[in-house]
Amino acid sequence: MELIDILLSASFWAAAIRIASPLIFATIGELICERAGVLNLGIEGIMVAGAFAGWIAVWGGLPLWGGVAVALLTGMMLGLVHSIFSVPFGLSQHVVGVGLTLLATSLTFYTYRVVLPEVSSPPKITAFQPYEIPLLSDLPLVGPALFSQTPLTYAAFILAGLTALVLYRTPLGLAVRAAGENPQAVAAQGLSVTAIRMGAVVVGSGFMAVGGAFLTLSAFDSFFFDMVNGRGWICIALVVFGAWKPGKAVLGAVLFAAFDALQIRLQQTGIGAVVPYQVFLMMPYILSILALVVMSRRAEIPAALMVPFNKGER
Amino acid sequence: MRLEPIAAPSFGRRILPPALAIGATFVVAALLAMIAGGNPFAVFGLILKGAFGSKFAILETLNSATPLIFTGLAIAVAFRAKLWNIGAEAQLYAGAVITVVLGTGALSLPAPLMLALCAIAAMLAGALILLGPALLKTRLGVDEVVTTLLFNFIFLLFVSYLLEGPLKDPMGMGWPKSARLIPEARLPRIVEGLRLHWGFALALIAAIAVWVINTLTTLGYEMRAVGQNAEAAAFAGIPVTKVILKTALLSGGLAGLAGFSEVSGLKGSLTLDLSPGFGYTGIVVAMLALLHPLGVVVAALFVAAIFVGADSMSRAAGVPSYLADIMLASALLFMVLAILLTKFRVRRD
Amino acid sequence: MTQKEKAQVVLRLDGITKRFGPVTANEDVSFALHRGEVIALLGENGAGKTTLMNILFGQYTADEGSVELFGQPLPAGDPRAALDAGVGMVHQHFTLAGNLTVWENIVLGVDALSTASLKPAAAKARIRALSERFHLKVDPGAKVGRLTVGERQRVEILKALYRDAKILILDEPTAVLTPQEADALFATLREAIASGLSVIFISHKLHEVMAISDRVLVLRHGRLVAERATTDTHGEELAALMVGAEVSAPSIAPANPGAPLLTLRDVTTPGAGSAPGLARVSLDLRAGQITGLAGVSGNGQAALSDLISGLIAPASGSMELHGASPKGWSPRAAIANGVARIPEDRHKTGTIADFDLTENAILETYATRFSSRGWLDWSGARAFAQKLIAGYDIRCPGPDIRIRLLSGGNMQKLILGRVLEGAPDIILANQPVRGLDIGAVNYVHEQLAKARDRGAAVLLISEDLDEIMRLSDVIHVISEGRLSPEFARGTMRPEDLGRWMAGEGFEKGHTDAA
Repeated sequence: MELIDILLSASFWAAAIRIASPLIFATIGELICERAGVLNLGIEGIMVAGAFAGWIAVWGGLPLWGGVAVALLTGMMLGLVHSIFSVPFGLSQHVVGVGLTLLATSLTFYTYRVVLPEVSSPPKITAFQPYEIPLLSDLPLVGPALFSQTPLTYAAFILAGLTALVLYRTPLGLAVRAAGENPQAVAAQGLSVTAIRMGAVVVGSGFMAVGGAFLTLSAFDSFFFDMVNGRGWICIALVVFGAWKPGKAVLGAVLFAAFDALQIRLQQTGIGAVVPYQVFLMMPYILSILALVVMSRRAEIPAALMVPFNKGER
Repeated sequence: MRLEPIAAPSFGRRILPPALAIGATFVVAALLAMIAGGNPFAVFGLILKGAFGSKFAILETLNSATPLIFTGLAIAVAFRAKLWNIGAEAQLYAGAVITVVLGTGALSLPAPLMLALCAIAAMLAGALILLGPALLKTRLGVDEVVTTLLFNFIFLLFVSYLLEGPLKDPMGMGWPKSARLIPEARLPRIVEGLRLHWGFALALIAAIAVWVINTLTTLGYEMRAVGQNAEAAAFAGIPVTKVILKTALLSGGLAGLAGFSEVSGLKGSLTLDLSPGFGYTGIVVAMLALLHPLGVVVAALFVAAIFVGADSMSRAAGVPSYLADIMLASALLFMVLAILLTKFRVRRD
Repeated sequence: MTQKEKAQVVLRLDGITKRFGPVTANEDVSFALHRGEVIALLGENGAGKTTLMNILFGQYTADEGSVELFGQPLPAGDPRAALDAGVGMVHQHFTLAGNLTVWENIVLGVDALSTASLKPAAAKARIRALSERFHLKVDPGAKVGRLTVGERQRVEILKALYRDAKILILDEPTAVLTPQEADALFATLREAIASGLSVIFISHKLHEVMAISDRVLVLRHGRLVAERATTDTHGEELAALMVGAEVSAPSIAPANPGAPLLTLRDVTTPGAGSAPGLARVSLDLRAGQITGLAGVSGNGQAALSDLISGLIAPASGSMELHGASPKGWSPRAAIANGVARIPEDRHKTGTIADFDLTENAILETYATRFSSRGWLDWSGARAFAQKLIAGYDIRCPGPDIRIRLLSGGNMQKLILGRVLEGAPDIILANQPVRGLDIGAVNYVHEQLAKARDRGAAVLLISEDLDEIMRLSDVIHVISEGRLSPEFARGTMRPEDLGRWMAGEGFEKGHTDAA
């Protein structure tokens, strides 16, 4: 049957890994924020800003990795804005996050119009090209699926591994996790909860922006206004689905991306002729909500998530 | 640094931070306007002129404020009870869809009945849309921010399907738009010859009604208690789950009315660009109003003026109209900070 | 004593003054702690003990004065300075992360954050060695969330010892322990002192202060008002110094018990998280009698309190009020059945901080007494609030004041007034005086005794055994959700109750309290 052919094809899994890459960057970024106790709803806007910043930098003459760096810095700056409002001042993380998404998105569109006032369609850049890893890429099925991706995809998986390593194997990671569980415990050991949380939000936001930049520098070669299209919100669901653990979050992102790749292919089959295309496009969002519902009972949510910490208060 | 509550804030303490927040917003906008090559004073002048410079401009501002009053009220009601409804966009479209379903000839009723039916159906539709996420929150503890946000995307795709399928206007020359409402289903203009429709009056009535509910009824008291401290409310015997669901119905219903008012009062038919994000802008409106229902009216007028003004400014000065969105987002962020500073003192020790 | 005076001074506070706006939290506090010495810091809530410790730990900066540790001046406002210099603190509210393991909690913040790796094996080995040496038995790999309260305290002490603390500060350490566990703690402390540690022991339990300390410092209204060698003083003198006058606790007349108003038979409830539920509990609350519930916190008190409050219903077994089992058990049903509920946490559960006094006063009765057809009767509500202010001596500017701005005592008086105003005949008082000063404590106790004398059945839940023994006509002990038999006033010594609190004795005669 068609479905089995699809699931056994290397191009399908290659697409899934490609679709998963930006989600991995952004999900890991959100996970870092939430592990430290801050829900970052600025993610959608930060991804938009990252997608634009990376692309416009490359269009302006920087090398591709320079574009990634510009996106990272852009995200970190927006993260700094979020963290100033949400950490020392302890303002509602819901309101600050939504506000930041509005701000980042509108700043991006404004800048686009200022930089490119007259263009009807956005200029293209030369995006990252697939890099075939010697030997590994020759393996059947997994070779083309996993090891013939762009460097930015490899970077996404490496980043997830490094994040797990830092979170679970270093004093810094322990401090981040403790800040999300009980900030009092962190403060009592003479560490600054404020600094740890702000740092986590800044770094995490940087990764979100790189996730956005993946869209313009690797998945496509240009910038469109609605290209992020709710991916940030999906990543928030993926963090819950991954039970706040980097490994499970990556798994969730790949699974999710596989479904997304599947619906694109199913649209071109006999099913696509019967079912309206909107149903396929809804699938990612419906899946995200289902993931939230399924995991809601089981997940070990960081105990101090969304709980501001005010020194000297109990 | 440490935040210390202020027992009795002085008058200056209550006024100065919000004033500074507004000031900071304009400073940000001025800097950005200069980057785009505009003279900030000219830009603000053009915005003011575009919003209030003529009878036409004023009416345009009032019309634009109408859906924002509804969505702002929807958000204010929900946020007060700490129900984070970010899905007013979907609820608005639900109200619009049901208005089109009922008002394009399927039913034939005299105008007052027809309008009442559409309005009530729109409220119910919007309310139902929010009931799902609210139930997920109360039953399973699923965060409603993400579910309402994601549902916006789902529902917009559903509307897109409707406009290309069942609700598509056969006379629409292939455009994804609905048929036009029959005259009985159109909200008339308040004064004949002027473009302002009765939706605006309905929005004002809604604001007063919400204010009355908040301050004078047990439901208002319950919603505030649940929002401030759900644990204490539950302990005292307030049925927290029921109150959250009632809040969801009220909030979703108000957002649904926005859809009714836009289709019935302004557009006459449904397209996918009915709302340029009124559901999200409602968050800004509600926060600027400090969640006060009468404040929502003022905030919605302010926000609408900036949007309408920025549109005409953009044409005249060449500064992108996204300046308006930036101003609102920064006003929101500065304002939440300012409100905090009216109640707390920052100490460094 | 001359020997002590010659000993090395490890900590010296000199003229510490700290003001918060118009409030002076500490004024000119000076003292010295010597090597191997135990100082008891005694004072009521709000006397300035916590502020003083927060200054030592760099959370606050003193307005005047200086701190010297081991002869070196301590830099102000640096939370790490005191820790690095060898001061460890065991907080009253444990500062542990429940989802992390014991060893992770202990090594948190020990190595610089730039260190590459945590080295769990070495850390666990060191923790095992320390726990052996100081008799602090705990599994380093266990999740803290699954530990008992006593074990958690051991983790807190290990945290300090792991950092080679030379000075140990314990804030109300026995509040959460059985008398036997407290004895074990004292044995650990003596061991630590013998190996050269110095201890500051913060408490308001006079007999413990007398038992463990070498010197007693008394703080009152932020000032050091007395310093005594423990051998030269006695409990009554210290109590008087603490409050500034001779205090007399309310005298409780003998009870005149009547019929049971609330009866539980073999009631079982599910637990919540690490807190146990009730296990086949039978209990009679009789009219005109105060029933005390003793026990170490986290042994099912919350479940019993939630049950009587209407927050949960029995999973099995029966509950009767006034001889009939209520239908549809909920907080509203409890209130309607004449149950007055004083919750454990007056800030989180008892009041809404940003509501004004009027809005808080009607929290339980707005629907029944102050509304008609959905409209609220605000003038009636205000009048009610005025009545409570006058009748229960709530010191405040008026009924429009936000509750956040009231003192704990006045907040508790509001709750008392709110629940006692309808002359309820069953009263649940869960930790009714925790954190109150002695004046307010006496006021609350008088009100409970008064209610009993007019025929109400009172259930007093407290972790303070002194309070239970002073007030209760009969006592039950709760341990792991099981209830001991009923003990009449004066039949049990603290040690006897302590054994029950530690879980002994239940195998034989359990649950049958009737």
